[in-house]
Amino acid sequence: MEMQQVKFYQTGTFTVGNRLLDETQRSVQANLQRTNSLNSGHRACQGCGEALGARYAIDAAMRAANNQIVACNATGCLEVFSTPYPETSWQIPWIHSLFGNAAAVATGVMAAMKVKGRSDVRVIAQGGDGGTTDIGFGCLSGMFERNDDVLYICYDNEAYMNTGVQRSSATPPAARTATTMAVGAAPGNTFGQGKNVPLIAMAHGIPYVATASVAYLRDLEEKVGRAMTVRGARYIHILVPCPLGWGAQPHDTIKLARLAVETGLFPLFEAEHGEVVRTTPIRHRVPVEEYLKPQKRFAHLFGKVQAVDTIARIQEMADRNIRKYRLVDERRHG
Amino acid sequence: MLKQTEGSHAIAECVALCRPEVICAYPITPQTHIVEGLGEMVKTGELANCEFINVESEFAALSVAIGASAAGARTYTATASQGLLFMAEAVYNAAGLGLPIVMTIGNRAIGAPINIWNDHTDSMSMRDAGWIQLYAETNQEAADLHIQAFRLAEELSMPVMVCVDGFILTHAYERLDIPTQGQVDAYLPPFEPRQVLDPKEPVSIGAMVGPEAFMEVRYLAHHKQMRALDLIPQLSAEFRQVFGRDSGGLIRSYRAEDAKTIVVALGSVNGTIKDVIDELREEGVAIGAAAILSFRPFPSDELHEILSHAKRLVVIEKSLAVGIGGIVSHNLRMALSGISLHAYTVVAGLGGRAITKASLRGLFERALRDELEPLTFLDLNQTAIDRELEREKAQRRSGPSAENILRDLAAGGRSAL
Repeated sequence: MEMQQVKFYQTGTFTVGNRLLDETQRSVQANLQRTNSLNSGHRACQGCGEALGARYAIDAAMRAANNQIVACNATGCLEVFSTPYPETSWQIPWIHSLFGNAAAVATGVMAAMKVKGRSDVRVIAQGGDGGTTDIGFGCLSGMFERNDDVLYICYDNEAYMNTGVQRSSATPPAARTATTMAVGAAPGNTFGQGKNVPLIAMAHGIPYVATASVAYLRDLEEKVGRAMTVRGARYIHILVPCPLGWGAQPHDTIKLARLAVETGLFPLFEAEHGEVVRTTPIRHRVPVEEYLKPQKRFAHLFGKVQAVDTIARIQEMADRNIRKYRLVDERRHG
Repeated sequence: MLKQTEGSHAIAECVALCRPEVICAYPITPQTHIVEGLGEMVKTGELANCEFINVESEFAALSVAIGASAAGARTYTATASQGLLFMAEAVYNAAGLGLPIVMTIGNRAIGAPINIWNDHTDSMSMRDAGWIQLYAETNQEAADLHIQAFRLAEELSMPVMVCVDGFILTHAYERLDIPTQGQVDAYLPPFEPRQVLDPKEPVSIGAMVGPEAFMEVRYLAHHKQMRALDLIPQLSAEFRQVFGRDSGGLIRSYRAEDAKTIVVALGSVNGTIKDVIDELREEGVAIGAAAILSFRPFPSDELHEILSHAKRLVVIEKSLAVGIGGIVSHNLRMALSGISLHAYTVVAGLGGRAITKASLRGLFERALRDELEPLTFLDLNQTAIDRELEREKAQRRSGPSAENILRDLAAGGRSAL
């Protein structure tokens, strides 16, 4: 008889109690020795996905690197809310230079550490989607191409939130932002070709690329931990809902992050040297409406006349992801 | 050691003797030979304990330098022209963060029209970015200034640009004295950063600073440069003790003591100016010169002193502030307080236009007769300009000016309007 694998997800809430896990598997945040790298008291909004993602990611990296971490931050929400001097939330050496150069600054720190024989000090660059997929993209690609020993983390909240919710190249089609207004014949953001930076990172053949979500924090921690076991350029792209920019309730941050994954709009996967090696299957597939509806940035799709065609196009995007990454077990969902 | 070498290579050798730990390289004419030279030295092992990083843009070059310097490494890069503008945001940032990066500028014009030859428009555009700016007159000085620049940058925790005339210096071969490692080590102690990214003592660098402190931070940058006014001559004197020659300082005067006419300029053109002054002196003309070596900080007191007995000032500028005229001369106005003299601004040598002895002689003679306009463009081809103006008057779609002028010149002035 086949052994039945123990399932943790028995409560219907998808939570995994730490007590059910082996100590080595427990969340970094469950440990009193956690470093609180991004400490409390910062000025992020209620329900900020980025603050949550950064806290988990950096603490996990600190554990993996024996607390020898330097972080280089792009301009953006994370930078602004964490360091309104004389306050700083960073308990680690941290530098902010410019909006578009976090990856290059990290290369510089890495080079300095190498030349000083301090290769035990690991370097993280981090920024939002604007600082990563738009203005910092040149420096990011350069760092990938040279395979510099830097972990770059993109906290993707799908627009320029710090400047007041303007469109970035990571803004999804149809989404309303301050520069893609919900007016006219095709309200919201255009249906472009998109700019999938995890796939572009993979095209550089770098040793490790992963997508992660603040709805799956254990998975996020594990991915950061795995990234830290590797030398060379690494990239983790974390979806971090923004209540303010998305027009959502602060208490819905985790729910929306989860729905983004369960609809197939934000596939979770890991890639090594340009090849996808692991994906996170969708256990409960949901239609995109469930994800779109609670967000005011998509409210114009659900007016008096539902924008059926637009919603269908978004559903197509989700379906394409599900096919491409084989996210749904077709035998179960046939 | 004396040797026949290219200016760029001498700079590379002197930078290497300063034991840089991180060098970022992105090619742009005319500085490219410098980083090529350094790259080779790192690759062969001649320059040990140094990371040489080929980056994808000048913006990345200076950004890598910012990271490296903040992590406590002695850091060097070089650029020119468009490259300096492309990294402009990082230029201000490096200064604002107080990072002692040394960067060579192989001075070159800025397009459009695209032009690879020498003038000072590039470094002048960054004169207020918070970097110290030193301008070399000769290749020996260019090489020597880099050694002084690391010392200056690190003592003040402030970045330094060493500006070297593109091609005229960077590509010229001449006999130069390259110091020994022992000499440089005696002059330049290891880098002790004021601030450093270190997990043992975590600091946040580059935080948001509001109205309550921003002015104070900016003032401190100015204060550092005022301290540099004392430090630069001191480092130049110490340099003389160790290396046995004069290099650097704030200004360098030439036959200026009794001069009624003083010519002020930056960089290599001072060599030609001195030759013309020698000729005129032989004819009994009381003319002298002052080369500005440190443009930032600006040596107002020293220039005031030299100009206080003069009747005439001729500023030769290799840059043009479009819409007003000269940049150096406007800075000089601050030093002229209380001095009454005829001041002439001469824009010369833009985009590599040769500044010849003959042209300078003619110019100085006109100045001596006080026949110069307050703003003069040296050796301007007025016919070519008039022709283009005429063309613009004749037709709305007159086409691109640069190409029109080149076509006119190629046709010897015979092309159709």
